[in-house]
Amino acid sequence: MPALAENNKIQVFTSMEEAPKNVSTKKVVYDTKDLNLWYGDDHALKNINLSIYENEVTAIIGPSGCGKSTYIKTLNRMVELIPVVRISGEILYRERNILERTYKVEDLRTKVGMVFQKPNPFPKSIYENVAYGPKIHGIRDKKTLDEIVEKSLKGAAIWDEVKDRLNENAYGLSGGQQQRLCIARALAIEPDVILMDEPTSALDPISTLKVEELVQELKKDFSIIIVTHNMQQAARISDKTAFFLSGEVVEFAQTDKIFSNPSDKRTEDYITGRFG
Amino acid sequence: MKYIDNNLVQKKMGSRLLRNKLAKLFFLLATLFGLFVLVILIYRVIRDGAAWIDFDFINNKLSTDPERAGIMGAILGTLWLMLVVAPVTMILGIGTAIYLEEYAKKGKLQALIQTNISNLAGVPSVVFGLLGLTVFVRGMDLGNIVLAGGLTMALLVLPVVVVAAQEAIRAVPGFLREASYGMGATKWQTIKNVVLPASLPGILTGTILALSRAIGETAPLVVIGIPALLIPLPDGVFDKFTILPVQIYYWTLDSALVAEYTNLAAATIVILLVVLFLMNSVAIFIRNKFQQRF
Amino acid sequence: MQNTAGQNNTNIRALIEEKKKTKSIGRTMEKMVPGILLVIAGVSIFTTIGILFTLIAETFLFFKEVSIIEFFTGTELKPLGDNAVFGVLPLLTGTLISTVIAMLVAIPIGLMTAIYLSEYASEKARRILKPILEILAGIPTIVYGFFAFTFVTPLLRSFIPGLEPTNILSPGIVMGIMIIPMVASLSEDAMSSVPNAMREGALALGSTKLEVTFKVVLPAAISGIIASFVLGISRAIGETMIVTIASGSSKNFTFDVTQSMQTMTAYIVEVSGGEAAAGTTLYHSLYAVAFTLFVFTLVMNMIAQYISRRFREEY
Repeated sequence: MPALAENNKIQVFTSMEEAPKNVSTKKVVYDTKDLNLWYGDDHALKNINLSIYENEVTAIIGPSGCGKSTYIKTLNRMVELIPVVRISGEILYRERNILERTYKVEDLRTKVGMVFQKPNPFPKSIYENVAYGPKIHGIRDKKTLDEIVEKSLKGAAIWDEVKDRLNENAYGLSGGQQQRLCIARALAIEPDVILMDEPTSALDPISTLKVEELVQELKKDFSIIIVTHNMQQAARISDKTAFFLSGEVVEFAQTDKIFSNPSDKRTEDYITGRFG
Repeated sequence: MKYIDNNLVQKKMGSRLLRNKLAKLFFLLATLFGLFVLVILIYRVIRDGAAWIDFDFINNKLSTDPERAGIMGAILGTLWLMLVVAPVTMILGIGTAIYLEEYAKKGKLQALIQTNISNLAGVPSVVFGLLGLTVFVRGMDLGNIVLAGGLTMALLVLPVVVVAAQEAIRAVPGFLREASYGMGATKWQTIKNVVLPASLPGILTGTILALSRAIGETAPLVVIGIPALLIPLPDGVFDKFTILPVQIYYWTLDSALVAEYTNLAAATIVILLVVLFLMNSVAIFIRNKFQQRF
Repeated sequence: MQNTAGQNNTNIRALIEEKKKTKSIGRTMEKMVPGILLVIAGVSIFTTIGILFTLIAETFLFFKEVSIIEFFTGTELKPLGDNAVFGVLPLLTGTLISTVIAMLVAIPIGLMTAIYLSEYASEKARRILKPILEILAGIPTIVYGFFAFTFVTPLLRSFIPGLEPTNILSPGIVMGIMIIPMVASLSEDAMSSVPNAMREGALALGSTKLEVTFKVVLPAAISGIIASFVLGISRAIGETMIVTIASGSSKNFTFDVTQSMQTMTAYIVEVSGGEAAAGTTLYHSLYAVAFTLFVFTLVMNMIAQYISRRFREEY
């Protein structure tokens, strides 16, 4: 389907035109070029072309099964945990193609943190959860670890709630606290990018709000890519939004533009709730 | 016209319900039969043996004189044996389970090992005894010492540990692995720091159950040649030894000759059952207390 | 550069990058672990090879000394003395008869127990009864042997006058009792996995529970139930201590259950525990008998695996 690919490129180009100030001041973190992905015979991602910029929140929206989760998991190659996956194309992270065989996934994942759909703390203490990343990367010094844990928990706006019970099991926390703990865990290795795969879908509204505020805060230091099925959430917190449909990027532009004046009919249909 | 004659159905209903009730009673009786046997069995061994259990019985060495005979040697032998079986079977069992669950690619080799383990589980214990006799006792020329018996027993209960460890590892949810990989952890780091700690209660429960199976096994050790009357106490894994069930066997065999041997055997059975009960209690405790529900 | 969060105190990123250079031990570990684990997993394969090799090698030596036809058709077994005769039929009948007796006990009682637990018992009754079955399954066979010899045999002798002090009947029955929990729990698993919708369909037509059990649940679970019987048979064939203790060591070729008979397993215990010197025909006979035993149990286990795999119901 060369025609479609063409179509995508044009749209991406358009969106950049409309955001010239970003192009000039901000650096590209992730550059995805002609990405295709198959689960066995199922063509899950089709000719994806996307550029993601530093210190921005990029939201990815679309109906379930559109490939948005698959895409975000490709960015740290977690998608490879599924055995039947085949990938073609390029994803440049800081100008290096992460899909190259020689690229060490562990290195990549040290720089790209991930927060998952369901809070997934380890069945360990709160402290050990946050210290997990630094420890596997060789930091053993107790004082340094203490500092990292405190800083990360503060960064994830959960420090005040847990500072008196760092040695308690993380499973004693509420769902919303667990998710912020998972964010703290990701922060503890000071990533460059944070991938968030529907991080609030399992949370109540109040916890969701806290996580959203946190995302706004984190954006100052990190580049954030967030998958969400909640359009209001995308509108509230993101700078740019990509709309995925059936494995393709239908439209990628400034969030304001996507929600106020989408160029594609399908985007408009989705935004206005006519399907999905 | 109606096909179903309601009167006839009504008439038959009574006998159908009665049959159901009777059957239920029979099924219940059959189920209680097991309980009934258990009660008699425990009553018998306590009646025959409890009075014989005192400090001397525990502390004395074996003797042909029933009044002086004690089971210290068999207790020490059992302990030494477990000191060999536990580490060997844990290393082999957990290692095999990790390999099968985490590293082996779905394919011929993995299927071969898996099938082989389920077949090994069905090999009679007496055949393992012959393997031990041929390979460890005679082949390696170890003789009938604790080490030879322990290795034999470790291989015998290996499938139990492997299967339990596999189940425990499989029960560790994928999202924990994902979280670890997402932090840039390598495969081994993920296994060591996340998968094994999370599956440890299940693995330990399985291992204790395997050990309690080993503690009660008799045939393989009789086959590798444990003497009927071994008086010196074992001091380490290179000593000759006897164990509780083997002692029960020899006393029972000769109970027709010396009546008191029945009592000695029963008393030893009481001790053995208490040990097994304690081990199982620990296993259940670990399962209930530490098993994480995800 | 991109992260300002690290400015005020520790710079984690720099620390990690630095540690990465010195992490070579971890990297070697990462490479070695799969190999080490493969070797460990290989131990189970070597165990099987070891069993097969020892059994086959010594059995081969045995058949150089005793003809294979004499072994499998001979009704006389006199392993000791100058004119030793090695016919395995007395051991095969001993094994066969004890297994039949055991299954006559274990199959009906085990199956009825499974039906009660799966179809009739309340949740509360199940919670009490299942642990009792587990305890029964966890009792060492030597204890059952003691029980057969000191309780069941005297009990049976009080109303079967001709019963010998050592006989095949008593250990057969006790072996059956030992196997009940196995048949019961495997059959119950098979019956519990029959979906409730099938039961409800029949109950809604006015069937009694008994009718549902025999017309719906048992047919649907039949493969699992039969597999449990076959595994029970395999267990009975391989069981050693109960028969060794309670059935004596008579090697007569007979079908009379009141008599002492020896099974293959009991023969192995008797001969290996005795004075068989390595290299003698007597010693080799041990392996020929063990090999026969091994083949029997292996075939049974494979049949059980085949049945439960081949006829696994897809609900």
